Amino acid sequence: MTQHEHENSIVSVRTYSLVWIILLIFTGITVAVARMHLGAFSVLTALTIASIKALLVLMFFMHLKYERPIFRAMFMVAVITLTVFIGITFFDVAFR
Amino acid sequence: MMNHRDDTGAKIGMWLFLFTELLLFGGLFLLYSVYRYKHPEDFHHAAAELNVLLGTVNTLILLTSSFTMVLSIHAIQKGEKNRSMMFLGLTILFGILFLVNKYFEWGAKVEHGIFPNSPELLSRNHGEILFYGLYYAMTGLHGVHVLAGVILLSVILVFVAREKIATDRFISLENSGLYWHLVDVIWIYLFPLFYLIT
Repeated sequence: MTQHEHENSIVSVRTYSLVWIILLIFTGITVAVARMHLGAFSVLTALTIASIKALLVLMFFMHLKYERPIFRAMFMVAVITLTVFIGITFFDVAFR
Repeated sequence: MMNHRDDTGAKIGMWLFLFTELLLFGGLFLLYSVYRYKHPEDFHHAAAELNVLLGTVNTLILLTSSFTMVLSIHAIQKGEKNRSMMFLGLTILFGILFLVNKYFEWGAKVEHGIFPNSPELLSRNHGEILFYGLYYAMTGLHGVHVLAGVILLSVILVFVAREKIATDRFISLENSGLYWHLVDVIWIYLFPLFYLIT
């Protein structure tokens, strides 16, 4: 890696702190929502909040936002593969 | 320096490894979803018994450890060796704290007679047995990953101290950080699925 790329990948402490605080807030929200007992809706909200948190960690802490496009493309391949597995399995389970 | 280095290649290699981890846990998440779909009532009762407070505290610990991890990399990028070592040390400490909490959490469950193949658990419904089987397997496998991360980061800490990792060559610190964050991402999903959704 060249010196130039090093400088490119330095993210400010302010950005990291902000992401960390947002992650803590979302944890609070997901715990609070779970206490409201929303029934079937609770699975959806919990997974949505978890996905937002995971995306924040991946993009900022794991630098996916700042890497070359090939990294995001590779990540999408892995996620799509997993989605296909889950989709096909539930197609089988639901109509059995 | 004359010896060849390919930091981008090293990072791509790390990500490829992380994808295998993602699919490993993905398979277990799939198992969890199908069994939850088949035994909604039993999963509901079993999940309500887990300690939400301990789970939440562990979530906060792991998120904070990810934060100190990026701060450690940030410090080494700026050439501040001591600050980098301090944050790396904190990350390791948070990892150990997570495992200590896990020990007490599992310990309390075992004390209540709930562990794989225990007479108390076997007397319950089929779905509850499955829930606790998955609980021990998935949080256990995740715990092993945290332990591996703690050991890995400790070795990396020695490398930083000996200046084998420095401001112009820190790819192994960065890749260890990627591993640590992935373990965090997996916990981000484990926490709501086992502790919150009842």
